[in-house]
Amino acid sequence: MGAQKKRAAAAAAAARVSEDPDDLARQPLQAILLADSFTTKFRPITLERPKVLLPLVNVPMINYTLAWLEAAGVAEVFVFCCAHSKQVIDYLENSEWFSQPNFTVKTIESHNIISAGDALRLIYEQNVIHGDFVLISGDTVSNMSLTQALQEHKERKKKDNNAVMTMIIKKSKPSPITRQSRLGTDELFMAIDPNTKQLLYYEDKADHSKGTICLDKMLLAENPSISLHNDKQDCYIDICSPEVLSLFTDNFDYQHLRRHFVKGLLLDDIMGYKIFTHEIHSSYAARIDNYRSYDIVSKDIIQRWTYPYVPDVKFCGNRATKLERRGMYRALEIEQSRSAQVGSFTVIGYGTKIGSNSKISDSVIGEGCTIGSNVLIEGSYIWDNVIIEDGCELRHVIVCDGVIMKAGAVLKPGVVLSFKVVIGERFVVPAYSKVSLLQQPTVHDSDEELEYADNSSGTVEFSCTADQSNGEMTSESSEAHKPKLGTGGVGYIWSICEGGQEEEWRHSVAPIPEDKLTELSEAMDDDQELVTQDRTALSTSGELISDSNASEGDDNEDSKDDSVYFEKEVEATFLRAVEENVKVDHVILEVNSLRLSYNMTSADCAGAVFYSMMKLAIKTPHSSAIGLLTLYPSPFSMVASNAYPIYLSGELQQNTANIITTWQKLLKSYLLEIDEEIEIILKFEEMCLESAKEFSPLFARILHILYDKDILQEDAILRWADEKEGADESDKVFVRQSEKFIQWLREASEEED
Amino acid sequence: MPDIQALVSDLASKLRKRRVQGSYETARLTAELLCAVILQHKEPTTNGAASLIEAVRRVGEQLIAANPVELAVGNIVRHVLHIIREEDLSPLTDIVGELKLSAEDDVEDIAEDENSQKSSATTDGCLLKPPLLLAVFEHLPDSATACQTFSSENIFAGKGKKLKSELIKAVNELIEDINTCREGIAEQAMELIHQNEVILTLGHSKFVKEFLCAAKEKKRSFEVFIADGAPKFEGHILAKELDKKGLKAIVITDSAVFAMISRVNMVIVGVHAVMANGGVIAPAGLHVLALAAKKHDVPFVVVASTHELCSLYPHNLEVLLNEMRCPSELLNFEEFSDCIDYGIASSSSLLHVVNPAFDYVPPELISLFVTDIGGYSPSYIYRLIADYYSSEDLPPQQKPAS
Repeated sequence: MGAQKKRAAAAAAAARVSEDPDDLARQPLQAILLADSFTTKFRPITLERPKVLLPLVNVPMINYTLAWLEAAGVAEVFVFCCAHSKQVIDYLENSEWFSQPNFTVKTIESHNIISAGDALRLIYEQNVIHGDFVLISGDTVSNMSLTQALQEHKERKKKDNNAVMTMIIKKSKPSPITRQSRLGTDELFMAIDPNTKQLLYYEDKADHSKGTICLDKMLLAENPSISLHNDKQDCYIDICSPEVLSLFTDNFDYQHLRRHFVKGLLLDDIMGYKIFTHEIHSSYAARIDNYRSYDIVSKDIIQRWTYPYVPDVKFCGNRATKLERRGMYRALEIEQSRSAQVGSFTVIGYGTKIGSNSKISDSVIGEGCTIGSNVLIEGSYIWDNVIIEDGCELRHVIVCDGVIMKAGAVLKPGVVLSFKVVIGERFVVPAYSKVSLLQQPTVHDSDEELEYADNSSGTVEFSCTADQSNGEMTSESSEAHKPKLGTGGVGYIWSICEGGQEEEWRHSVAPIPEDKLTELSEAMDDDQELVTQDRTALSTSGELISDSNASEGDDNEDSKDDSVYFEKEVEATFLRAVEENVKVDHVILEVNSLRLSYNMTSADCAGAVFYSMMKLAIKTPHSSAIGLLTLYPSPFSMVASNAYPIYLSGELQQNTANIITTWQKLLKSYLLEIDEEIEIILKFEEMCLESAKEFSPLFARILHILYDKDILQEDAILRWADEKEGADESDKVFVRQSEKFIQWLREASEEED
Repeated sequence: MPDIQALVSDLASKLRKRRVQGSYETARLTAELLCAVILQHKEPTTNGAASLIEAVRRVGEQLIAANPVELAVGNIVRHVLHIIREEDLSPLTDIVGELKLSAEDDVEDIAEDENSQKSSATTDGCLLKPPLLLAVFEHLPDSATACQTFSSENIFAGKGKKLKSELIKAVNELIEDINTCREGIAEQAMELIHQNEVILTLGHSKFVKEFLCAAKEKKRSFEVFIADGAPKFEGHILAKELDKKGLKAIVITDSAVFAMISRVNMVIVGVHAVMANGGVIAPAGLHVLALAAKKHDVPFVVVASTHELCSLYPHNLEVLLNEMRCPSELLNFEEFSDCIDYGIASSSSLLHVVNPAFDYVPPELISLFVTDIGGYSPSYIYRLIADYYSSEDLPPQQKPAS
């Protein structure tokens, strides 16, 4: 029976082997094109049109990807549409892509998908992928040849069944400035085995300010040689084996291709799946991830780095455009005034009219635009059918279809005008603003395109900044109801939310301002010595050590670090609670969750809560309402508290009493036993000595208040006094100060007895 | 039978995406496609030739628009149009000659006779007969138009079918010609390359290679300098191939041609297209070589096949007929990505790369053209063009390029 089975299996295997070479030749190459980036970086434009249909040098982005796939020998492409799927499908149906010989494009539609992982799971269920496939998103521009990478992938696969993916990478300058200014992405660290080209480590969220990356010791132990790169760029083109899809199905928590899937595979050594890399040299490949890369890739196209996907080659039914001297591309039927100056590296679309004395340089103008006289356009992207009246100024902006700019309007660098916005006469749109006809959705119900929750943002940040901006935003959007775009203007200016104003420059079309550039280069100089440490104490996750104050905290032991962090978090939580009048029960809940995540005792909680309360008491000026708070980013800045005005002790006492009264319930919930109470006293003592010397003269009185409010029981205070009996003189300062009180307590207890 | 339109758009898209390049390849594919067009053309009962001309012209316009830089496409289209006009006229002239004495059957006989005549003529490997006929009519434009109007009213029902078979035959000959043009050129090698000479060439041209190998096979011994230039370094390929054939080759850079030209007896190069004025469009770098040859009075020989003969004149050439290729052939993008950086406010990228594919060499610098139908001087090219193309086809074909 067993033998028979074995023989059957052998026969089947033999049959497969005999089929194999045949299969390889016959099996047409498939590709999955994700026509949705699952992010919100191109908002507000993407609220109205999917990202893949946004014009890139007057050709919808998806055409670059499809043209490349066709040229690379892919026979069948599955276009996965999610957001605005109707538009994508309509576009493809009317394009020439559906009628190509030897190249089929099929669409897969779904509406409730929020990540690339979900999309791949859905495709797996449909069972349409039979062999190796190319995984790419619809915003990638490339002219590389796939032949070699594909062959390498197949050969590896034959030898080692676990080699499931080949990732295409490209060399780039290691400097973070170039990376930032070219593609607006963070630095990427990769560890690659130089012999086999196997990818061993991948970290794209590395924050340069932290200055360290952390590799698993096993990585060094197991591999004879390993090369660590920070000069590679991920092209986001992957050649995958069908196993990849089933891996996504097995691990239903994989959402993001890189953050979850790649890192997940690299860490999980149970299945032993491997990812390899293929480096391309002279060919071009880049993904448009944000406005900055949109700008850069557009310029690369104009400079012909993406040849043959350039405007004057009709690679996808785009209109005939001619290349003239100094890199000027012009379509037919352009009306241009004699005095208009069209500078170099400019693309002008079909049927556009340009008025007299207008100056255009380094820009892309779409089809059917009307540009008045004395208009200045510099480094901008004007899409189709835009009307720009006389005397407007546009520098480094994106203007979508159907926008009307009334005479004299000015767009500052980094502005994005979404579809059909009207800018009023002489209105100046401030830098980096985004204007749309649609109102900004509130942060929490982004339904069209979800940015998958970014785990790396800490809770601290969430608790303080996010909520502040929330507050601002609601006020903004209520104001936005009245037109803010000058007389006759139509549209809403979106307030800047994610990342805040200071992050806007990173991802906008405007060039990086001088001061940011110097900042960047200084940051780079600071951590020239990039230490690659091998920390065994930390988990094997290979994540960055998350200490923002690496210089000071480096030699501290981890537990110490933890408690500092814990204290900070509790303080932040507490302050927020005060500020927003959160119910005590909720605060307790939050502090409890922090306690669990930091693995702290309730004594620690009590100490931390008490610490925050006392801090608040110091910072509350006079006895006025609580609200004007400054938040300290780190405990180290507490040194500065010496410089605070010396409060009248009565006032401070009053404040403290108020706060304790308000929040006693919170504090009490952690005072389960006498130990916690003692902890509070010790904490208070410590504070009086170190961080909040204002309290030292008030020690006894506040102790009394705490006793009055039933926060501290007499036993606790007495035991504290007893413990201090044997201590040094210097430690006894506060015991002595409260001697009277203790005396009184002792007597009282004796009386009771 | 595959749909003609599908075939046309397939070739057009290949041309558009620059997947078919080089004059030889494009010429061959265009001729084959036009052959299929003629084969599948549905003959209307009257005026067959005119509708066929129209069909071919339509296809031709599509192909030319797909990649105006590949001049060979236009050349073949115009040549096929010319053949159609010729074939349309030739039975007619016979008939006019016979003064319509014979009945329908006789006409067929005559035509068949003519077929056999023609095929015997073409086996001699020359296409000179039709051009001569045209030359006759060109001098008599009135009679030609008269004949045409006459043909449009022609009464021979069987003529269409015959015309078609004639045409297919002629176009097949053209394809055959394209396929064998290298041998035709190579045959003349013995007359031009002499014992112990030093030949200089640039880059890699299949015609030049065949030409040199043909001389070598006839036991001529000579030396070849290969000027090898950035960005393509095609001279490497030629050097390898010549080495296989046992030819002595010396590789130099294209910037060193002035240094070496005094030792050279003759320069032989291949080109992209021959213009109507006798100038040539050639791989970038050839103009320098031509100037060097002129300076030292070294004969500058261009080998070209007839399908590279182009009826256009090089007006505003740099803009119209050049192809700007990918800058990454010149610079490594990764190395220079910090120079080619647009994201920095202070300096808009100062570094640009321009990579034109072609040079124009004026006729004064060229000593001789060696084609598959013999050697000509640059001043004679316009005559060849008149033989190969009908004047009616020139203006509409020039339009998309201008």
